[in-house]
Amino acid sequence: MTHLPLDQQMLDSCAALLLLLSFAMLSQRRIVTLVNLYAVQGAVLAAATLLLAWRTGEGHLYLSAALTLALKVAFLPWLLHRLIRRLEVYWDTEPLLNVSGTMLAGLLIVVFAFALAQPITLLASTATRGAVGIAVSVVLLAFLMMITRRKAMSQVVGFLSMENGVFFGAMSASYGMPMVVELGVALDVLVAVLVLGVFFFQIRERFESLDLHHLESLKEHE
Amino acid sequence: MITISPTLLTGCVALLCGWVVVGLAGLLRPGSLRFAGRTLFPLGALLGLALGLLAGASLLGGGTERLILPVGLPDLPMHLRLDPLSSLFLLLLGASSFGISVFAGGYFRQGEGALPGLLCLQYHLFLASMGAVLLADDAYGFLVAWEVMALSSYFLVTTQHRIPEIRRAGFIYLLMAHVGAICLLLCFGVLQGGSWLFTFDAMRAAHLSPGWAAAAFLLALLGFGAKAGLVPVHVWLPEAHPAAPSPVSALMSGVMLKTAVYGMLRVGLDLLGRPVWWWGLAPLILGLLTIFYGVLFAAVQTDMKRLLAYSSIENIGIVFTGIGLTIVFEGSGLETVAALALLATLYHCLNHSFMKSLLFLGTGSVLHATGERNLGRLGGLIHRMPWVAWLTLIGTLAIAGLPPLNGFVSEWLLLQSFLFADHLPHAFVNLLIPMGMALVVLGAALAGYVMVKFYGVIFLGQPREASLAQAHDCGWLERIGLLWLALGCVALGLFPLQVIRVLGAVTGQLIGATVPQASSHWWLLAPVPGRPVSYGPLVFLTATLAVVFLTVLAVRLTYHQRVRRAPAWDCGFGGLTPRMQDTAEGFGQPIRHLFQSFFEIERELPAPADRAPRYRIAIRERIWRLVYEPLSNAVERLANIAARVQQGRISVYLFYGFATLIVLLAVALMS
Repeated sequence: MTHLPLDQQMLDSCAALLLLLSFAMLSQRRIVTLVNLYAVQGAVLAAATLLLAWRTGEGHLYLSAALTLALKVAFLPWLLHRLIRRLEVYWDTEPLLNVSGTMLAGLLIVVFAFALAQPITLLASTATRGAVGIAVSVVLLAFLMMITRRKAMSQVVGFLSMENGVFFGAMSASYGMPMVVELGVALDVLVAVLVLGVFFFQIRERFESLDLHHLESLKEHE
Repeated sequence: MITISPTLLTGCVALLCGWVVVGLAGLLRPGSLRFAGRTLFPLGALLGLALGLLAGASLLGGGTERLILPVGLPDLPMHLRLDPLSSLFLLLLGASSFGISVFAGGYFRQGEGALPGLLCLQYHLFLASMGAVLLADDAYGFLVAWEVMALSSYFLVTTQHRIPEIRRAGFIYLLMAHVGAICLLLCFGVLQGGSWLFTFDAMRAAHLSPGWAAAAFLLALLGFGAKAGLVPVHVWLPEAHPAAPSPVSALMSGVMLKTAVYGMLRVGLDLLGRPVWWWGLAPLILGLLTIFYGVLFAAVQTDMKRLLAYSSIENIGIVFTGIGLTIVFEGSGLETVAALALLATLYHCLNHSFMKSLLFLGTGSVLHATGERNLGRLGGLIHRMPWVAWLTLIGTLAIAGLPPLNGFVSEWLLLQSFLFADHLPHAFVNLLIPMGMALVVLGAALAGYVMVKFYGVIFLGQPREASLAQAHDCGWLERIGLLWLALGCVALGLFPLQVIRVLGAVTGQLIGATVPQASSHWWLLAPVPGRPVSYGPLVFLTATLAVVFLTVLAVRLTYHQRVRRAPAWDCGFGGLTPRMQDTAEGFGQPIRHLFQSFFEIERELPAPADRAPRYRIAIRERIWRLVYEPLSNAVERLANIAARVQQGRISVYLFYGFATLIVLLAVALMS
């Protein structure tokens, strides 16, 4: 086995850490912890971006690292924590699929994602091309989390985590998206969370709970 | 810049555009009945007359004209073509619509459903789209015109849309129209034969394998049959015809059903090239079934417009029987006989267009004068409405197939062509087809029975209700319309030879043969060389008139002039009322009894001690319970299964997205 340079090794560890955090979020039922895990994921993402920026010397990557740090580590978790306190939702109810089942499904998804990423890995010329599979896994695991949760709050965290995956994927495949796109996405996420926050209050006011199965009564009946 | 030379075809196109303009003009003053009725409808009628004249000129010339309009799809501009077949049906459209439009000008009343201006638009769009169907020479243009025709007639049927039954009738009509249109779409898809060119010329040139050609033929039969009212896809007809205002019923029954016949002839005998003989068995058998079925149900109806609707089904049966025979003979190489059968078919189309329009318009006048469609509440109207009664009588006699009127000629020609079945080189078939002839004769006899009932119960006898004393005859516009159609019936009956000579261009185009004329006299019709059959309507008319004249004379001479008026003998019962005349139910009872298994009868008989007895009978078609209800239940079950996809749970919806993503990614991975 050849020795990889230190920064390469560190980038790979960051990627591994991201995947691990995704699995942790998949299994976590405490919503406060879920938000904390999301903040940690954001921090790891920021670190990876910073490393990559230092290694490639691309100026705009420094900027996106700063943006990630500000938005995903500081502002969004703070907003979510505030929402949790005001809505008093600390726990998600029993997920639709039990934890071990979800984890097994997650494993299969990771295998699938790596198979999927192989052609891209072969084509890309970036130093971090091995991490594309991990990025796809993060996206799909976040999607899985949204499916298996009942509370609107956990679904929002899943949605945000999915965005992390997309960001990481773009970064590892082509050293990030153009700055304009990145700024746009960041703004989108911000607006989405604010709008969803409003929705939470509306849903709770209507059904006196944030449990989404109440929305089933909106289905059309014969 | 396109230069437009003044040809017959451009004239036809201009007249169709004229109809659209007249229709749009109705929107200028949508609420004004005087403007729409007294100005626009007669104007539309004149356009119809002009169209009929142009088409007649084209038919006499026998040529073919083509035109490509720069509208339509980018790579498929609209192709138009005027050949003898389309000329004949344009002639039919123009001539019938003249009478109907003039009548409609006096018919529509204020406050009956839709606004007059809107009706005017729908009516003239309907006319123009029927003309466009007949002129179209590519599948795209044909289907667009076909759909405009279906939609505009749907809105006309649901003119009185505040009545739930009428909305239901309209829905059934729209549904069947779309089932038919889907069949036609598939049919044209097959006909292009892999060339992906959708002009009719490309379809004529395409070579289809025998299996695909047969599939195209059957699809066309189903698609056009659904529009024409062929059993078992006839169910919309007895619902829609009574629901529509009478001029619209007349137009639908008299002209629109014929556009379906046109389509069938166009696909079966023109686009598909030389047909295989056994294809003809399908329209033949379905046609015979339709004759029998239609006339049986007509015999037991108590609603006058529904009765006429079933009679239309019967006549469409006759037409499709003729088409079937034509194809059987043509496919077997008997061109001359095929031309005879085709001639009978075309002749019957013309006849039915005139006589059924006349009858529907007559019922419209009765409906307006009395407000009744139920035969049980009519009677004795010949005294109150002599114009309507006498003109309707001509239509009634014609459709009953009595000489010297037109209905007789076409049925006689059809029966003559049946007699050639023994020339067919196929065992059994040449024995079984003459049995179909027996069914046609039975249908003709029963049609006579139905018409006696129709006319007798409405116009003869005594008024069954006191309110009928207020009935008034129709206005002068309506009289002109009725008179035109009645004259058409008489002329088509008295001059068959001249009509046949004109129709020869069409048989020549489709079959390549014409019916020879064995007789050298201009008044004697002898279409079958070598057989001693001939028919001279003028001779018949003269003889009939002579007999009537002599009888009157004889009675006058021997009459003793001593009149004694006394009440009719009432068997000692006392107190005879007009309600005790034979009713529509009573007249139809023998048929109902004999063919009980065909009907689904629901009857309420009053108890013997009932002081206010009521008798009620409802007759439904078994086909609803046997075919259509299981079909609609199956569709509903499928829809319910599909509705399980809608769970109302966000997790499930997310899962659909997730699963789709995974599947798509997997597909991408595989390829």
